[in-house]
Amino acid sequence: MADLVSHPDEVKIVSKRFGQGATDIDRYLELDGYKAVQKALGIGPDALINEVKNSGLRGRGGAGFNTGMKWSFVPKQSPRPKYVLCNGDESEPGTCKDRLIFEHDPHSVIEGVVIAGLSVESHVGYIYIRGEYRYLSNIMQKAIKDAYARGFLGKNIFGSGYDFDVYWHGGAGAYEVGEESALMESLEGKRGIPRIRPPFPAVVGLWGGPTIINNAETLASVPHIILGGAEWYASLGPPRNGGTRLFCLSGHVARPGVYELPMGYNLKKMIYEVAGGIADGRRLKAVVPGGASTPCLTAEEVDVPMDFDSLMKAGSMLGSGGVVVLDDSTCMVKFALRTMQFYQHESCGWCIPCREGTDWLKKTLARFHAGEGVKKDIDNIQYLAENMLGRTFCPLGDAAAMPTIAFIKKFRKEFEDHLEGRPCPFEKEGVVKQLPVFA
Amino acid sequence: MKLSDQFEQRFHAMINHYPTKRSVLVPSLLYAQDELGYLTDELIAEMAQRLDLTDLEIRNVISYYSMLTTQPRGKFNVQVCTNIACMLRGGEEILDHCKRKLGIGHKGTTRDGLFSLEEVECIGACSWAPAAQVNYDFHENLTPERMNEVLQDYRRKVHQQENC
Repeated sequence: MADLVSHPDEVKIVSKRFGQGATDIDRYLELDGYKAVQKALGIGPDALINEVKNSGLRGRGGAGFNTGMKWSFVPKQSPRPKYVLCNGDESEPGTCKDRLIFEHDPHSVIEGVVIAGLSVESHVGYIYIRGEYRYLSNIMQKAIKDAYARGFLGKNIFGSGYDFDVYWHGGAGAYEVGEESALMESLEGKRGIPRIRPPFPAVVGLWGGPTIINNAETLASVPHIILGGAEWYASLGPPRNGGTRLFCLSGHVARPGVYELPMGYNLKKMIYEVAGGIADGRRLKAVVPGGASTPCLTAEEVDVPMDFDSLMKAGSMLGSGGVVVLDDSTCMVKFALRTMQFYQHESCGWCIPCREGTDWLKKTLARFHAGEGVKKDIDNIQYLAENMLGRTFCPLGDAAAMPTIAFIKKFRKEFEDHLEGRPCPFEKEGVVKQLPVFA
Repeated sequence: MKLSDQFEQRFHAMINHYPTKRSVLVPSLLYAQDELGYLTDELIAEMAQRLDLTDLEIRNVISYYSMLTTQPRGKFNVQVCTNIACMLRGGEEILDHCKRKLGIGHKGTTRDGLFSLEEVECIGACSWAPAAQVNYDFHENLTPERMNEVLQDYRRKVHQQENC
């Protein structure tokens, strides 16, 4: 349903079956479908893990951890069943890629889940899809049913003697559930409250069993690695950052859309060439490079390769691949406020630094944007945000704090322009919209 | 409590997917809500009984998930995203437009019970912003004019059903 875009610089791997009718299992088989699983059945767990490790595939959900490494943490012997859990709770603002994978290529996710299962000798996988994506969960349910009907899932898959079941699971609206431990709580039918780690899910996960949790795009990449080989996949990107990524370009660009580009693709080129530059002849002001929780880059900082390590070096994160582009008509105070409003809404309230921090930051930023900020507030916002970092069970607290600190550090002058009754210079009517100050 | 055959089918299929019964809770509540309009006391009691939980445990889960509600809503729930990517491309104007057009605010319902309005967080349509969902249908690349057509289409749908 969502429109597809295309650009000559794209390297289509995860997206190669988009628009090809691959939701139909016969069509999927024509397009090399289920070959990777059959190959994987003959490889053996250790070799599979090594292949994925060597491919340089890193978690596409945001954290960017080496996928093969993650799989290798699952103990060989376990008294409890082992599980594979596909994270399709895509909710990071700026991110809309898993949606396209589910919509156009659901079987590739199933294949990825089965291969992950083979690598740790698990026999059950779950595909968790956010509640808002009802049409996608219908597509996925049909895909699973079709795969069962062909003997690709269930008992004795492909006549190999190996049993593997895949089930779908649906959420009901919660950003925090995208965090791995909250995701497991949600799948167990509870509130999505994060668990303390260690123990990590690879050791103690779903129902106490060792659990592999990977993002949908990560798992959809796995079959291509098994078929094409680790060396080929690794060679697509810079060292330790293998493969390609679905980058979701949004905001003030002329051609927003989801583009699959090699890891390490230059951000400036991505904005000006792939996405057609800034719309309406305006100028670039800032970029949120990897979803709302990543620290923004200023217009001067965008000449940077888009891979995990380079972005880290640039003081930000590659995150979830959601590239939100802001032009010079954007009020950074308002943008910071809207970002914080989101985290305040989504904080589950379990950890006090996050629950109270996001609330106070929202109130302070709202007051600020309404022109009632005092100079001391600027430092207070930064101080409060810095004191949230690393003090919560799950990274939601960090996700709220990190971008806020960057907004203050990089756009301090704009915050000063809002001080003491001065109207927001960006509001069209020249008057500040009345915002709830102490709602 | 009598629930639809479709619900029962889904419920009984799902319950075998997990080692614990309560895992079916969240998707089942959403399916039930789709049929009933909201999560009624009777439904909550029914689910508690089926899953060996207390009513309170169910309510505790309901209050966590933003899509689940114990309050009646309009036939069509208009959910307008105003999160960052949509905001940059006019999501707030779409929300304001809906407020004026429907004469209701955030979480309000029109008097005829046809529409509810909700300001929602990111719905995963960032590259096609601004976007809204009406129940489960996505409407993307919206303008106020396009939003009018969307609302009109739903109104028409109801009139057609009534005339049948």
